[in-house]
Amino acid sequence: MLVEVRWHGRGGQGIVTVSRMLAQAALLDGKYVQAFPEFGPERRGAPVTGYTRISDEPIVIHSQIYDPHIVVVVDPTLIGSVNVTRGLVPKGLIVAHFDNSPGDLRKRLGSYDAKVYTVNAMRIALDILGRPIYNTAMLGALLRVAPLAKLDSLIKVIEERFPGPVGEKNIAVIKRAYEEVQGDE
Amino acid sequence: MAKVIGLTGNEAIAYAVKQCDVDVIAAYPITPQTIMVELLSEYVYNGEINAEFVCVESEHSALSACVGASLTGARVFTATASQGLALMHEMLYVASGLRCPIVMGVANRALSAPLNIHGDHSDMMGSRDCGWMQVYAENAQEAYDWIIQSFKIAEDCRVLLPISVNIDGFILSHSMERVEVLEDEDVSRFLPPRKPVITIDPAKPITVGALCLPDYYFEMKRQQVHALNESYNVIREVNRDFESFTGRKYDLLETYEMSDADVAIISLGSTAGTAKAVARDLRSEGKKVGVIKPWVYRPFPEEDLIKAVGDAEALAVLDRACSFGAPFNALCSDVVAALYRYGKSSVKVFNCVYGLGGRDITPTDIRAIFNEALEVAKTGIVKEQLEFIGVRE
Repeated sequence: MLVEVRWHGRGGQGIVTVSRMLAQAALLDGKYVQAFPEFGPERRGAPVTGYTRISDEPIVIHSQIYDPHIVVVVDPTLIGSVNVTRGLVPKGLIVAHFDNSPGDLRKRLGSYDAKVYTVNAMRIALDILGRPIYNTAMLGALLRVAPLAKLDSLIKVIEERFPGPVGEKNIAVIKRAYEEVQGDE
Repeated sequence: MAKVIGLTGNEAIAYAVKQCDVDVIAAYPITPQTIMVELLSEYVYNGEINAEFVCVESEHSALSACVGASLTGARVFTATASQGLALMHEMLYVASGLRCPIVMGVANRALSAPLNIHGDHSDMMGSRDCGWMQVYAENAQEAYDWIIQSFKIAEDCRVLLPISVNIDGFILSHSMERVEVLEDEDVSRFLPPRKPVITIDPAKPITVGALCLPDYYFEMKRQQVHALNESYNVIREVNRDFESFTGRKYDLLETYEMSDADVAIISLGSTAGTAKAVARDLRSEGKKVGVIKPWVYRPFPEEDLIKAVGDAEALAVLDRACSFGAPFNALCSDVVAALYRYGKSSVKVFNCVYGLGGRDITPTDIRAIFNEALEVAKTGIVKEQLEFIGVRE
């Protein structure tokens, strides 16, 4: 089965990085993957999207993603200004960085036929990294609610990409987000 | 043992070049090819490849440096896109005319004006007749595989012509995909060092590229035509050799579900992949559709194309570039000419221009094209010979 994920964030928040790390982790699990940015020039601070496709079969399609199964919102300030649920398939998943409950987020998004999950990624990042870099937290939250890759595989990807203390701290961030993510069911 | 890694098209090409033991790289960065050049300069700086990286001030100089280096017998790589390829135009003909087996990665991009950095084939189609071999990859794996094969094809003394390996700008250059890479030793076994026939050498001076007046110029061009004709078999040989090394099968073109197809889409590059995905869905609905993807566009694989078309009654040929004022656009012109030459001009053909300046072609677009082709096959009537897909009129 082909799963399509759309990432929402702002230029400079590591959206391309997480879209690729998810793909890298799935690759370690033997999956076929694609990860691509929103094509074109990059502008720091501007709303951006990133995309990941994961499948058990070779992926031959090369069009953009219009109807994702999962939307991950890395920057909470986008909610309300960017239509983050655009094209999301019915009964899809929304995993958002949001400091209130999934129920509150659902109210903000209006009625939508999707499962909603939230995690306070900023608090986790500040507690562990001491800096507001919360893209990796969203990877942890995502893998808890959608088993797109093994958590161990993601940890391996992080260890390889950021050897040493930076990697260790990011792994701690991922694990805590994995534990703390909440659903509205 | 092969290993699996995630690479973008740009990264896959740079990785392949790193393994091909190149001697000289001269290139100028340009979107969307930039990462290719950045990585290669990094490999040279880190000592990961024992090559000379020539920092040049333009693409014209890049290819000029490549021509000089190639004539000394060096294995040479360059890369470009769009305006960079346009600026190289003069030197493209020098490279093929002097029989330099240069390999070039191109991340295809639209040409100005208006300025646009996104993917289409205007750049390479604008240099269609420059005497280079041209390959179009569908994904990062194919880009990696064709780079390694390209050195072997280009450097074969029966060919000695430059070759471009094209990837769709952004769609492939910036998308990370699963790529099975070979071990360095395996690439070295597959691709031994270049064995040049004649080289320029200060110890034994010779003249190359001298003035050639009406008494000889024509013969030189005739030899280039001969070399391109020879390349068909060399490409096939290298493909077979590569398959025995990797298990991955290449040819002048790829067919998908063509054995009993009523209609086909013919397309270059990444769009052929999307067409395959749609064809699979339509097959499950009982519609006999297929896809033909020329891997090699120059020399044009007309014999293979005719075989692939088989008994199909209608063809939709997709062009990602405009040949302004021409009866058909580049790929379609070649397909129609091939059908005519092989006495198959009764096959119905229509030409779809799509994706200019990076406009996305969706599965819905492709489904509509297939359905139109089925209608043409059923009625025998082509309503529109030239269409523009997804454009606002």
